[in-house]
Amino acid sequence: MSCKCGSAVKDERFVKIDQILEQNGRDESFLIQNLEQIQTALGYLPEDVQSYLAEAMDIPLSKIYGVVTFYSLFTTEPIGKHKISICLGTACYVKGAGDILAEFERQLDVKVGETTKDGKFTLQACRCLGACGLAPVLNVNGKVFGRLTADDVAGIIGQFE
Amino acid sequence: MKSIEELRAIKERNKGDVVSRNEKGVPTINVHMGTCGIAAGAREVLTAIMDEIKTRNLDKIHVVQSGCPGMCINEPMLTVTIPGEKPYVYIKVTPENAKSIVLRHLINKQPVQEWLLNLDK
Amino acid sequence: MDFYRAHVLICAGTGCSSMDSRLLRQNMHEEILKRGLDKEIKVIETGCFGFCNMGPIMVVYPEGTFYCQVQPSDAAQIVEEHLVKGRPVERLLYQHEKESTDTVEMENIEFFKHQKRVALENCGKINPENIEEYIAQDGYFALAQCVKEMKPEEVIDVIKKSGLRGRGGAGFPTGMKWSFAAPVQADQKYVVCNADEGDPGAFMDRSVLEGDPHSVLEAMAIAGYAIGASQGYIYVRAEYPIAVERLKIAIKQAREYGLLGKNIFDSGFNFDVDIRLGAGAFVCGEETALLASTEGRRGEPRPRPPFPAVSGLFGKPTVINNVETLANIPKIIRNGWEWFAAMGTEKSKGTKVFALAGKINNIGLIEIPMGTSLRTIIYDIGGGIPKGKKFKAAQTGGPSGGCLTEAHLDIPIDYENLTAAGSMMGSGGLIVMDEDTCMVDIARFFLEFTQEESCGKCPPCRIGTKRMLEILDKITSGNGTPEDLTNLQTLAETIKDASLCALGQTAPNPVLSTIKHFRHEYEAHIYDKKCPAGVCQALLSYKIDARKCKGCSLCARNCPTEAISGKIKEPYVIDQAKCIKCGECMNRCKFGAVIKE
Repeated sequence: MSCKCGSAVKDERFVKIDQILEQNGRDESFLIQNLEQIQTALGYLPEDVQSYLAEAMDIPLSKIYGVVTFYSLFTTEPIGKHKISICLGTACYVKGAGDILAEFERQLDVKVGETTKDGKFTLQACRCLGACGLAPVLNVNGKVFGRLTADDVAGIIGQFE
Repeated sequence: MKSIEELRAIKERNKGDVVSRNEKGVPTINVHMGTCGIAAGAREVLTAIMDEIKTRNLDKIHVVQSGCPGMCINEPMLTVTIPGEKPYVYIKVTPENAKSIVLRHLINKQPVQEWLLNLDK
Repeated sequence: MDFYRAHVLICAGTGCSSMDSRLLRQNMHEEILKRGLDKEIKVIETGCFGFCNMGPIMVVYPEGTFYCQVQPSDAAQIVEEHLVKGRPVERLLYQHEKESTDTVEMENIEFFKHQKRVALENCGKINPENIEEYIAQDGYFALAQCVKEMKPEEVIDVIKKSGLRGRGGAGFPTGMKWSFAAPVQADQKYVVCNADEGDPGAFMDRSVLEGDPHSVLEAMAIAGYAIGASQGYIYVRAEYPIAVERLKIAIKQAREYGLLGKNIFDSGFNFDVDIRLGAGAFVCGEETALLASTEGRRGEPRPRPPFPAVSGLFGKPTVINNVETLANIPKIIRNGWEWFAAMGTEKSKGTKVFALAGKINNIGLIEIPMGTSLRTIIYDIGGGIPKGKKFKAAQTGGPSGGCLTEAHLDIPIDYENLTAAGSMMGSGGLIVMDEDTCMVDIARFFLEFTQEESCGKCPPCRIGTKRMLEILDKITSGNGTPEDLTNLQTLAETIKDASLCALGQTAPNPVLSTIKHFRHEYEAHIYDKKCPAGVCQALLSYKIDARKCKGCSLCARNCPTEAISGKIKEPYVIDQAKCIKCGECMNRCKFGAVIKE
């Protein structure tokens, strides 16, 4: 399929999609599998990817959007390689989680809920992790860090860099 | 896969491997492999037993290793247990003896009296 | 085949893998290689042993020494001490709390002693990535027997007579299901394996797929032969990457050995299996929703009839069986229906796998004959309630089920008895609750889950569960009114009657069952504004007992909000306005002076 933007070079994401479709098949019953592999390859499923897929698999975009939004596995927003969730429960907040969050925002140059440009980190705030005794705490990819100060931020980022 | 016979052949080929892990109540050769036993040659005994089992294509024999039984003077030692019978303890086993033990005791069910531990002596 | 003097089995199930069992295996390999023992000792990755809270698990055969909580750094010691010198590493041996003597052999551990493993027979015993090990355990002989020696009707008859019922929830007789699809004339029929295990806390299907994937493939082929289908699909959650990987390997191997594909056993029977991934929607466990999702659509259920046996996947006759159900089938064919029917109770035959969780010592996966009592499960297999607390209730059937109380401890567990007790078998989650669990809070937790997972197609479920959740939120936050209880019950009954699929029809069960058995707890929340179990934060407060307080200041120093004040050696006081009820003071106090009301 030719690119509609007029550029001669095809978006490499679409090349990847073509490869996945070639491997799995273009039948509608492969939609979820294709979406899953595309998301693994690209990180998320933005609108242009969905519409490219709609044409490539010959399925209405509305239907693909319906499937993407139905299943909790799929996301239309980019998620970083490492997910940093900072507990903003009351105990952590009082103990300075807000300062730590601000420090992460400063060092990663993102706002809470966003992903760094290099796609490495997604910064999130979460509800109480139930580790108030260690407050303030945060969770990176399932691992909990506790008794933190703003000085620890650089070290934590460094561990996952 | 064309026939049940083919399937059975695969089963037979692999049975020993899985059975040796899972079945209880099978004859056991316990090679005592404490540091002293190993120093006295228990590892060679063990290897010899395994070779013998492999060449004779025996399954349903457990080869177990255990620690030092405390009679270092008689090492290498091994204990043969056939379910329902009292254990026989062999002393000062050589790799050659070990092969005979497999043949005479485990296959022919005749304990080799002269190599047994005799506490009366 | 090479003969190995010892086999080291390391669990590679999801539970243990998350605790570095992969690294452990790698370290074991390295240590064994280093000592030149690789010709003598074989290291094998297995599926889940079901004893997940003690993971990572390692078993050394032929002795059957059972090690638990093995760290990658323990590899050197195990190789040196156990495999070279023959001395089991004492500190890693499993020790039962009740027994003073060390327990070394797997079969003597209480946890395993009362179990009867049929569906889980091979899990933890064979290498799931090697088809030959499955064949060595009589694998694929049942399929051979079916296609070579039996007519399809005879296969269905054996399954019918065995009394096997669906293990996914409702307990519909499997043989009957097959017999509905068999006579329908169609150019194509399908067998679908439902591996969309959505019940939070249940993971038996994952364990079977990870530990014994060939048993599912063999059973699907048998089902295909029985109903006249040539294609099977396994609908498995994408959240189970290890299971998906093992299934892919298993399918590939089965095709290579000619056990899937064309003309199996030269009988003219063709059958192949493909995988379809689920993507995280609880409702997809419902069969019509599952079919929609397998076809690549939104997983929304549709009204029945037509039943899938007549019009299922792509409009063709389809049989849908759950993983655990399928895992029983090859064994029934091999051992005969009489063998299977001899286990269990009058109407519930065979065994059932339960995932034990909650306030219980041995969290894990167990398989017991139908008819075993809850008491045996909790106290003998489960090792009782931690810290000697009192048993309060057990939830079966997950978010679709209900709770069993002390009065039900001795009833034999089967489909009928659980339904009579106001719960259900479900897929086999069994969550144990002790005196510290608030039943209103638990009901709220389950409803929050079903509410979030409601697909939104039918209003009773979409709107009704939302209203119920709001009422429960109101009660647990101390704003409940007497009408709330009646409203909850009316709503619950309506949702049960009017919802389209089983998700909605069963969603109110946890609420109804807790109201039935623990009405007084709801009343305490509503009338006295108290949470008897001390769980609902809005209804409790922490206080310091002045008589017990020694004035050590430990609580004050650890309070995250500085809500505790006082003078050294005098009783401290908690400022309720500042207290966030995190409970840290209570955890810290060495004199038991902090009390929760």
